[in-house]
This record gives sequence, structure tokens and C-alpha cells, in this order.
Amino acid sequence: MTTPVASHGSGRAPSLSGVAAGTTARARSMSARAAHVSTCAVRLVVRAIGSLVISFGLLVALLLLWEATLTGRNLFQFKPPSTILTTLWRTWLSGPPSHLFMTQAVWHDIVPSLARALGGWALGAIIGITVGIVAGHFPRARGYIDPVVSYLRSIPKAALVPTFIIVFGASEVTRVIAIAASTIWLVLMNTMHGVRTLDPVMRDTGRVFHIPPWKQLTHIILPFAAPKIFAALRVTLSLALKVMLVAEWLLTDYGLGFYLLDKQRNYEIAEMWSALFMLAILGYLLNVGFLLIERRVLRWHDGVHGRTEAQ
Amino acid sequence: MMAQDAASTSSTATTASQVALRVGDISKSYGRGSAAQLACSDISFEVLTGEFLSIVGPSGCGKTTLIKIIAGLLKPSAGVVELFGVRIESVPKDLSVVFQDYSRSLFPWLRVEANVSFPLDHLPMSKVERKDRVETALAAVGLAGAGGKYPWELSGGMQQRVAIARAIAYRPKLLLMDEPFASVDAQTRAELEDLTLKVHRDHGMTTLFITHDIDESVYLADRVVVLRRSPGRLMATLDVALPQPRDQIATREDPVFVKLRGEIARLVRAAALGDDAT
Repeated sequence: MTTPVASHGSGRAPSLSGVAAGTTARARSMSARAAHVSTCAVRLVVRAIGSLVISFGLLVALLLLWEATLTGRNLFQFKPPSTILTTLWRTWLSGPPSHLFMTQAVWHDIVPSLARALGGWALGAIIGITVGIVAGHFPRARGYIDPVVSYLRSIPKAALVPTFIIVFGASEVTRVIAIAASTIWLVLMNTMHGVRTLDPVMRDTGRVFHIPPWKQLTHIILPFAAPKIFAALRVTLSLALKVMLVAEWLLTDYGLGFYLLDKQRNYEIAEMWSALFMLAILGYLLNVGFLLIERRVLRWHDGVHGRTEAQ
Repeated sequence: MMAQDAASTSSTATTASQVALRVGDISKSYGRGSAAQLACSDISFEVLTGEFLSIVGPSGCGKTTLIKIIAGLLKPSAGVVELFGVRIESVPKDLSVVFQDYSRSLFPWLRVEANVSFPLDHLPMSKVERKDRVETALAAVGLAGAGGKYPWELSGGMQQRVAIARAIAYRPKLLLMDEPFASVDAQTRAELEDLTLKVHRDHGMTTLFITHDIDESVYLADRVVVLRRSPGRLMATLDVALPQPRDQIATREDPVFVKLRGEIARLVRAAALGDDAT
């Protein structure tokens, strides 16, 4: 069986988070230099600013460069970031404070997209983890499942969407199923691999102490496989966004993917760019949110490998 | 206190009721046909109730195979294992194992407390009793304040203490220890040996201790079983007529200790030479 590798060149979100993760080490060394500065509070502020500069400094610099290049020029296909961000703000974030500044358009453009992506992703995760446990635990089941998975996972995910629309009809359920069908495989492979490689000493420990099978699953097998499962979930989260876009390009009239394509077709260039920016922001936020949860759940894993934060 | 009674009296005639564990003509081979590898062959011994028996032998003599068979984790190719007169078919209750590799036997995602209480959580007992057992066990291994830590926050020796605490909180009648101190430093090892003796004294549970260290086998045990390798076979069973409690310095200076370890070392060397000759 091939070892599943949880790294895809998928979308903007992971690469941004990669920058953020890589910089924590440098941020730590910065705080080490600031150690002689008397109070802890100062250190924390310096550290926070430092990591912000490192995380977003290059991004801000690129946006400024972009802005400066376009100043005084009126190009059809490019808009300066200021225009794009203003459009973004006007379209989605200029609502009343009681609605957390969200406009009505959020419910039309963003919420359906997120619901489709996260719904499909969650469905794929549940199926992938369940089948992965069965395949990982029972060699006989693995014999049937493994070849099928190896074959199916190599289908380009976007190809599922048009096919599914014909097979299941152009409904919301179809889109969610299409997203789920693209995210299942990596989760399934990684879960199977994690369960299959359960440390024999841990398995023996469970048996010696007569731990009931259900508890062995929830307290030994799943925690052991959790790092691999989480790696797959993180990669498939951005994959879900990609397939969501494709699903929204076909036979929908709302959602961010539809919005992007609609504006492009009508040559509303600033709106088109603002949709792209919105996608990047959503992808980034989803990934950051996921990382926060992962760090919390897998704190022990970082600890075992000596990667705990100093405080 | 049973432990002290059992010390140096094991050669007296034993009735069936005193025998905790009976290993009868155990053989185990891996694989089939001509490729079959014989891990151990015709091993027989008995462990008396409350006795501390150590099994010593070089690596490759089937020690781990033997302990897995006794724990019911592995089926022997031939022979029987009986625990208190009942034939072992699967993992028996009343038995607990301290594995060699504590880092793989403790669960890194559970705190020390949760690790110790993990085997108790599904047993019928009140919360108070469970908590009490965990605290008593942790105190017995000198880790009273460490319940809230994670295993990986502790040193290797401390982690093995947690594994011992988990085993004794389970209150087994038979405790199996599979080279438990093979991967800790010498000083820690001496501490853990004395801890093991204290636990055995206080709880009086029958203990089977597997090691490749001749000195350790003599220092701890009431009786020593010597194995030879390829395939693992029983070479001798020796009584350890050393007074209790044992002392890391005085016991090891005792002429009885010196004589015994020499005797065992000779047996092991003779077996190794015999292997080379064939």
C-alpha cells in the first residue's frame, strides 16, 4: 500500500499558513533576543508584532507595490487593491453593526458556499474515517477496499461535478455529495494507515487490561491515528473549497463561485477581483481555525516530539 | 508478607493450591513447514503464590514469546499454561503486564492519572474507590504529585514508575514484568529494582520478572529460571537463599549472591559456546 502523503499544492490557504507556521520559529528567536527587556508584557507585545510583521509583512508589501504600479494608470483588466478591497467591503462588510457588519449579500454569496464546502467536507470526513477504521482494522476488508480506493482517488476531483449533476440532478445535495466524494479518499487512506500501524505494544496493553472494544477504538486506536487523520482533514479542507467553486460554476445562481464567474462574464472587474480576495480570506481563515483546533487536540503529539510552546 | 515466607522455601514440596502459575511443556514456533522458526521449546516451571520468580537468558531465547504466551496474547504451539489451576486460553483477568517499552505502553494523549485509571474505568467500582486506587498506586511508586502531568513530561524512569503504578492499581494476582528496566540508566535502574521489591513486599502479588541481566535476576528473585537460546530452552532453576529485604550494596556483596551469579553466568556461557560449536 502506498503511504498517503498529505501535501497538495492546493489553493492559497495552505501556502499562507505555511508562511505562518514557518515563522513561529523565527518569532521565538526574536522573543529570545527580547528576553532581557524587563517585563513579560513587553515581550509578548514585541513577539505579537514581530510575528504579525513576518506573517503579513510581505503580503502588505506586495499589495502596496501593486497599488503603486497602478496609480495613474487605468487598466481594464487590473484594479488597484484599494478599489478591490473597497468593493469587497461595500459588497459584504458594510452592513449594520447588529448584523456584525455583514450585508444581505453575505447570505446570498458566502454562506451558501461555506455551507456547501464545509457540509461536503464533513460528510467526506465521516465516511472516510468510518471506512478507514474498518479497512485499517480488518485485513480482509482492506483487501477489498484498498485497490478500489487507490483507483478512485486518482480521478481528478473536478471531473466528478458535471457527472454527478447528470446522475443525481442539479440539486444542493448533489453539490455536497460531489465535494464529499472528492474529500473522502485522502481521509480514508490516512485513517486506514493510522489504524493499521497501531503500535503493537499499545494493542497488547488494551488487551491485557481487558479494555472493551469500543473503548479501545475511541481511546487507543483513534487517538493513535489522530495525527494522520488531522493531516488529511487539513488538506481536504482546501480541496473542498476548490471543488465547491467548480460545483458553483455549473447550474447555480448564488454562492461565491457563481458570483466570481458572473462578474467575470459581465466584465465587472473590481467585483471579480473582490471575489478572489474573499476566497483567499475565507481559505486562510478556515485553515487558521482548523490549525487552532488541531493544535489543541494534538497537543500531546507536539509534546511527545518536543514541540511544545515554552509557556 | 507472603513474599518473605516464600523466599528460600520454594524447594519444599508444594501442593497444587500454592501454585499460582504452571507452565507446562510450552513450545512455540513461528511460520510453517521448513521455514518454521522454533522460538522456545519444552519450557516448564511453576511459580508459587506470592513468589518472585525471575527468568534470565540472553536475547533471542524466547523470553518475550514466553511472556506473551503467559499473558494470553499468543497461543503456544504446544503445551499448557495454567493460572490458579485454570488453563489460559485468552488474556486472563487478575493479570497485569509491565512492558519493556514504557513510551509505547503508556498513552501519550492521557495524563498520568488517566493512564493509571484507564484499566479501572470500565470495572465495577465507585468513583471514590477508583480515585483512591489511583492515588495509592501513584504514591506507592513515589509519584504522588505527578497525576496531572503527561507521560512525556516525565523522565524515562518516572514513566516506567507510572506503568508500574498502572499495573498495581489494577490489583492483579500475577504481575508480569518484561525487561522493564532495560532502557533506563544504572542509577534509575537500581531505584526501580528496590521499588519493585517494595511493591512486591507490600502487595504480595506473585511476580514473574524477565530480564537479560544476571545480577538483576538474582538480586530481585526468590528463584531464578535460566533459559538458553535457539531455541529457548530451560537450563536450570536456582533457589536464591538471600535474606530479605535486599540491599543494593550488602546483598550484592553476599557470598551467596556472588556464587549464584557466577553459576548462572557459567551456564549462559556454556550454552553460548555450545551454540557456536554446532
